[in-house]
Amino acid sequence: MKKKFSHLINWILLIGSTFLVCTFLGIILWDIFSKGAPALSWDFITQYPTNGMTKGGILPAMVGTVLLTFITTLFAVPFGVSCAVYLNEYAKPSLLTNIIRASIRNLAGIPSIIYGLFGLALFVQGLHFGTSVLSAGLTLGLLSLPYIITTTEEALKRIPNSMREATLALGATQFETIKDVILPKALPGILTGVILTLSRAAGETAPILFTGVAFYINGVTTSVNQEFMALPYHLYMLSTQHSAIETVRPLAYATAVVLIILVFMLNTVAFIIRFKYRTQD
Amino acid sequence: MNANKRAITDWIFKQGFKTAGVVTIALLGGIFFMLLYNSISFFIKRSPLDFFTGSNWDPETNYSILPLIVSTAFVAIGSMVIAVPLGILTAAYISEFAPKKLQIILKPIIEMLAAIPSVAIGFLGIVLLGPVISVLFGIQNGLNALNGSILLSVMALPTIITISEDAINAVPKSHREASLALGANKWETLFKVTIPAAVPGLIAAVMLGLGRALGETMTVLMATGNAAAIPKNFLDSVRTITATIAIEMGEVPYQTTHYFALFAIASILFLITLVINLLGEYFANRLRKFHQ
Repeated sequence: MKKKFSHLINWILLIGSTFLVCTFLGIILWDIFSKGAPALSWDFITQYPTNGMTKGGILPAMVGTVLLTFITTLFAVPFGVSCAVYLNEYAKPSLLTNIIRASIRNLAGIPSIIYGLFGLALFVQGLHFGTSVLSAGLTLGLLSLPYIITTTEEALKRIPNSMREATLALGATQFETIKDVILPKALPGILTGVILTLSRAAGETAPILFTGVAFYINGVTTSVNQEFMALPYHLYMLSTQHSAIETVRPLAYATAVVLIILVFMLNTVAFIIRFKYRTQD
Repeated sequence: MNANKRAITDWIFKQGFKTAGVVTIALLGGIFFMLLYNSISFFIKRSPLDFFTGSNWDPETNYSILPLIVSTAFVAIGSMVIAVPLGILTAAYISEFAPKKLQIILKPIIEMLAAIPSVAIGFLGIVLLGPVISVLFGIQNGLNALNGSILLSVMALPTIITISEDAINAVPKSHREASLALGANKWETLFKVTIPAAVPGLIAAVMLGLGRALGETMTVLMATGNAAAIPKNFLDSVRTITATIAIEMGEVPYQTTHYFALFAIASILFLITLVINLLGEYFANRLRKFHQ
């Protein structure tokens, strides 16, 4: 009897914990979607904000986030993939390789706000890019780098060595092997990692705070030297800094919905690629 | 293309890839140098003793990190008190008991939780959790350390669950079989054999979750009230290191004492997260060695 009782307690503990974790996600999604969906409309994502942000849409913030993520990709993907190729295809165990790996692990653990400070010191002030979408995109690129390197390296590791040996035996140089055989074969894995990293980058706020994000700009950002609006920062400002905070609450909810849908869409794409790729093998 | 040209292309790209690798060292070095240089600039102007022992952070009079460190510790430890038992028990359920079909549903749920941007979680701290806390405890403002702790625990949970699950899965099947063969039931096996064998990995999970909680900015900035005083309990408003940087960096003039002071507290945050992450890595390696 006593034993049965303690078994029951254990079941409750384990299933209860799991249930609670799922409930957290449920509450988050339910609250945001139920209150954000009514304010959501086609106009909301295609119009400019009006009346001191109390009406209208979030077009500039959408454009800003897309442009920002684009710059992040252009910078971080070639850089990160090159680094992973070096580590997996060329590097032999050596002091240099160990230091590179240790650096990457440490970079992954640095709080995002410190990347923001580094972006401010390096891009905004040091290289005179000013507070701009370029500075912010590069800062987010640095933040994304360790994740892109790690996931790319994992994708490269999954390519069997026999493929490398076969290509090299046919007389290809190592670069040709990488360019024509290894990278195409690893592409789905690399893409999955890149998309997941970008979905994180698109939702980040702290690194762009000092490097170029603005609460309001006139029109949309069209050049990399301009400041920009971004969805996560827009949500932050609407929910904490706006002078008519209760009036704009529905807009804040709707912005949160758009942001979460954007992030989930990217995650779904990554999930589909990963699923197809796994079943192929 | 002749052979010579191909060899040159090969060489150029090899050097290019290598450069990308070396630049990551330069990046870490650059961040370290930036923090060090600006912190030294601060400590030339203000005494380290006041910085570490003073009791208030007030740009008018004194830059003391103490209230910020206590605040950061409050929310980070609070979040771990919630997330660690919850995370480990969930991981144990998913890896040891959940049917395959349920596992397939649970894993994407954990991934979705991890994917939600921190600013959206902070937003819920303001609009949902804050009012709930203020009603429950009969206080006027629900933006406090408790609010931040709960939100950070939600954010740290996916990290803790995923790594704990790996740690529990890494325990060899023979351990469990031996325990069951000796007559232990599945609970005794779980709590006395499997989980103890996974402890190094579980510590690694907690350390990485803690690292994430310590470095999180937007959630605490939005949900903890940001009063820069030493908190006495979890219903006090707190202001973490990250939130202080986020609030003040946008407004300070370049290279003033205040500017340098923000880099000084960033350096302390950097050191704290570095130690936590290194500890996590150490325990993760121990688990790997233990099972080899």
